[in-house]
Parts: sequence; structure tokens; C-alpha cells
Amino acid sequence: MTCGKTTRSISIPISCSKVRDSDARMMTLAIPFRTFKPVHAFVIFCLALFASPAAYAVDGVVTGGRIDPLPIAIAPFLAGGGAEETGGTLSGVITNNLGRSGYFAPLDPATFIEQVSNFELSPNFASWQQIKAKALVTGQAYMDGGKIKVEFRLWDVNTQQQLAAQQFTTTPKNARRIGHIISDIIYKTLTSFDGYFDTRIVFVSEEGPKDKRVKRLAIMDQDGFNVRALTDGKDLVLTPRFSPSTNEITYMSFGKAEPRVYLMNIDTKQREIVGEFPNMSFSPRFSPDGQRVIMSLQDGGNANIFELDLRSRALRQLTNVAAINTAPSYSPDGSQIAFESDRGGTQQIYVMGSDGSGQNRISFGNGRYSTPVWSPDGQWVAFTKQGGGKFAIGVMKSDGSGERILTEGFHNEGPTWAPNSRVLMFFRDGQGANGGPQLWSVDITGYNEQKVPTPGFSSDPAWSPKLN
Amino acid sequence: MTKTVSFKFAAALCCVLALAACSKKSTPDLEANAAAGLGAGQAMPGSEQDFATNVGDRIFFENDQSTLTAEAQETLRRQAQWLQQYTNVSIQVEGHADERGTREYNIALSARRATATREFLIAQGVEASRVSSIAYGKERPAALCDAEQCWSQNRRAVTVITGGAKTS
Repeated sequence: MTCGKTTRSISIPISCSKVRDSDARMMTLAIPFRTFKPVHAFVIFCLALFASPAAYAVDGVVTGGRIDPLPIAIAPFLAGGGAEETGGTLSGVITNNLGRSGYFAPLDPATFIEQVSNFELSPNFASWQQIKAKALVTGQAYMDGGKIKVEFRLWDVNTQQQLAAQQFTTTPKNARRIGHIISDIIYKTLTSFDGYFDTRIVFVSEEGPKDKRVKRLAIMDQDGFNVRALTDGKDLVLTPRFSPSTNEITYMSFGKAEPRVYLMNIDTKQREIVGEFPNMSFSPRFSPDGQRVIMSLQDGGNANIFELDLRSRALRQLTNVAAINTAPSYSPDGSQIAFESDRGGTQQIYVMGSDGSGQNRISFGNGRYSTPVWSPDGQWVAFTKQGGGKFAIGVMKSDGSGERILTEGFHNEGPTWAPNSRVLMFFRDGQGANGGPQLWSVDITGYNEQKVPTPGFSSDPAWSPKLN
Repeated sequence: MTKTVSFKFAAALCCVLALAACSKKSTPDLEANAAAGLGAGQAMPGSEQDFATNVGDRIFFENDQSTLTAEAQETLRRQAQWLQQYTNVSIQVEGHADERGTREYNIALSARRATATREFLIAQGVEASRVSSIAYGKERPAALCDAEQCWSQNRRAVTVITGGAKTS
């Protein structure tokens, strides 16, 4: 079932803490930027400019599985002194992020009556009310001694109050990232959910005909920009997963011999094999503390789940059943592991203690359940479900209750969670000899399916934790 | 795919060489021969082509199964016989799954198929040290039509000769 039959109101509160002007103070956030060049941590100065006392609610209504998105006007960022390109980038990144989230409807700038020309002056709210904007974003960018300075303000058009404002100083090449960070602030201010825009996706980029696919690990920003290949395509690579530190991934790769689990530092691209085992190792995932990797080790016709301590290299067997036990995923507190097993005849989802104790089946619907992934907030286990010739993506509670299908079709597989547990990404395979997989995202309500733009066929997405 | 493809290319190349050696005979239609599978006698005994065309290099499985069908067992008995005749030949059993499964499970399912195949060959008397195996999951389909007629060809174990076959 989907949530399409329910009608409910999601309250999207607009709130901000009361900060008097005299309380406005400079906050310094150290944000290490993870690029593929040698890492240089640098600092973004965030200045809370003003904030007004307000606690206000705008209701987004979910009706028939739809959310009425909040009309928001994102005024083109004012820019000067060599920052013109950055200004355009910022407006574009914010507009795209908020629009794709499904909670906002960015208004067409062509309809704007007021052309904001001075960032310091209050907007003409009547003109924004006239075009039915509920919220307004203004901003400016300018060069300041080789650095770029970015400021933005978020306004409640009806109450004419400022809801958020910040200032950033950074190098121009980080313009998109600043756009993502601003998007996160706007999203959180207006929805109360944590933002997820300042994140990356590691995935498998695919090329060539179906029977001779070349697969490369690749990484990109959550919105599909800044795609970079991490491997050269010589070896078949599958199932990359992020470490909690976001600068390391674990994945499986075919080399000369049987496939193995590897680790890769995505800054240096250095990689290492995870343990030497007699047979194939596959389906790896990090523990929430990043200190361990759980994976399947093949033994004859069976696969069992093992935990490897990355420091001591101690190996611990967690399942010991003559069956296929694979696709393990820790609960966010690390105390439990969801996995799939065909010990009962077909693929089903099980949950056990992280020491292997108490292995209990939790999926009991019609069909085969697989690829369980625990949500970052611990509330849900996402899965792939096969039945009736279809592949669906769904979620259930970790006790198996509350199952909901979010999307269903010819082939949907391999969900991964945005760090705010509100959005899932997965891949959808296309039919035919020339068909191939594409990345899609969907809201946890089942609403707002969005194709994630990638240069070619793409599969096995894994969402990073938040970068900042 | 590299392995299957290079094997096919190798087989095709052997075929060309074998035919070239017999070029005094009536000019064969290479295309037709390739399509029909070369007739017995045209492949050099002990060659990869001999194995593929006269013995059969692959077996097929039912959906989500690794049980060897009667037909599969028949093929594997012929493979074992041939391997006992050409004792220098080493092989790798490639396990494959169709595309109608999830990635990790299919890797394990294809490993299970490769294991069942390898163990059967060993039980037939082929030395274990001559037989390695690898699991490709759904990564290397042989038929691409997204219908049962193709998926049934992709649920397979392919015995690939990795060394010791006759080439001249």
C-alpha cells in the first residue's frame, strides 16, 4: 500500500530563535572540505546577522500522497566586483535544491515585480505577496581580497519578518557548496527537518552494452554536479558505501581473482583490500563509528555475515546458517544489524543483535524482501521488494510493522537514505538491450519521485552523511 | 563478460585456424557454421572449440535455483569425461544469475551455482585443483531481451578453459 489513500496535514513550522541585535555574534565553523586535491581544511565564517522573534507556521498539506509545496521567491543574488558568476550559481543551486525537495515551489523570476537592488533594504513585501510568495530569499555575493563573501536573508513575506540570515567567506570554487549550505538553512528553517543538500553520492557509473558493461566508482554532489570517477573501469566494481567520516568508502571489486571487499580514501584514491579470505568477500558496509566493516564471506554455496575490526583486524562471525546471508546494515546506534537471508526458502529481511544474537525475521508480506538499509534516525528499514514481476522500494519499522511501498515498477533496487531520513535514493533499471539503470530519489511519503541527473547509466547509489 | 567474450573469440579464432588448415576441402560458410555451431570433426580434439561445440560449455538453472537439472548433469558428465581425457586442461566455472534479482543476492546465488557445478565435476573425477570458480551475479548477461527467453539463458554456469587446451 502507499500513503496515497491517507489525507493528513504536515505542519511545516516556521520558527527562529529570538536573537536581539546585540546578541548577534560571529560564529566560526571549521568545515574541512574534502576535495580530490590534497585536503585543505578551511574556515567559513558564518555571521548571524539578525533574527527576529517569530514562531509561525505554514502548513504544507499532504493530500492523496501529494504535498502542496510552499511558494518561495529566490531573488537573483546581487553580485559585483568579479562575483557575478558566483551570484548566478548561488541562486541556481538554491532554486534547484528547494524545488527538487518537493516541499517548495520556487517562483519564476520572470514574475517578480520587485527587482531587489539593495540587499540592506527591506523588501517591498506587498509586491512579493502579490505574486503569492510565502517566503523570500535575498542575497548578495562580492569579492573581498581574493575571497568571496556571500550573504543571504530569508523572509516571511506575510509577517514581513526575517527568519534567517548568514554570511559566508570562502574561495570562489566553493560557491556551489555555499549554495547547498544556504539551501540546508532555508529548508531547516521552513520545514524543521534537517537539510540534506550539502551531501555527496557515491555510485557506480555504467557505460557500454549490457553484456559488456564497464563500471566505475564515481562520486558527485547530491544534485548531480561535480561528477568524478574514482576508478578507471578496468575492474568490475559494485556496491560502494560511505564511511561515517565521508572521506572513505567500502565496495567490492573484481580483480584477477574472486571479488573482494576494498576500502578507498576518496581524497587520495588510495585503496586497500579488506582482509585476506579464502573465498569471495562482498556486500560491505561500515559500522556507525567507522571502526568496523560488516560483509558477507562466501563458503561453498553459503554466504555468512562477518564483522571485521579495521584496527585489530579481528574477524567475528555473526551468522552461521547454511544459506545466503548478505546485505547487512547497522542500526544507527550500532546495536543491531538488519540483513537478508534465504534461510527460510526465499530472500527475507532479518534483524539481529550486532553480536549475532537473536536473529529474527521481520518481513512477512507477499514477495521477496532484500537490501535492508536502516534509516539514519533509526525509525525505518528501507528495502527492495520483489513480487508479481515487479521490484518495489519500501520502508518498514525494524519490528516489521508499518510497511509502506514508496515506488514500484519493472525494476527498482538498492535504497539509500539521505542523512535526514526524509528522502531515499535508489536505481531504476531500464528494459531492453539498450536499457540501463538511472538514479532516482523519492520522499519517504512516496511523493516527489525525481530523476537524479547523471552523465550516463548509474546504479548502486550511497548517500553520504552531511559534510558540514 | 571479458571471460566469456574472449572465450568466444578464442573459439572463433580456433575455428578459423582449423578451417584454414583444411582449406583444401570445400569452402565452408563461416557465418553459417558459427551460427549453427560447428559440426563434430571440424574442431581440433582437445581444443577450446572442441569443448564448446562437441561437449557443451554451459548449463542452465531454474529461477532462483542452484539444483542441477538432468540436462545439466548430462552436460557436466560430458565435460568431466572430456576433462579426464585432456588432463592438462584447467577450468574456471563462472556462475551467473539473471537480471531479475538484487545485486548482492545474485552474487551469492551465482556463487552457489558455480559451487554446485564445480562439486559435480569433482565428484565425476576431475581433480579439484584443476577447477576454480567465480561468481558474476547479474553482471554479465548472455542474452539481453528482458524476457524469460533471455533470463533463462542468463541463469547459467559456464565452464571456461583457462589453460592447457590444444591450439595446434
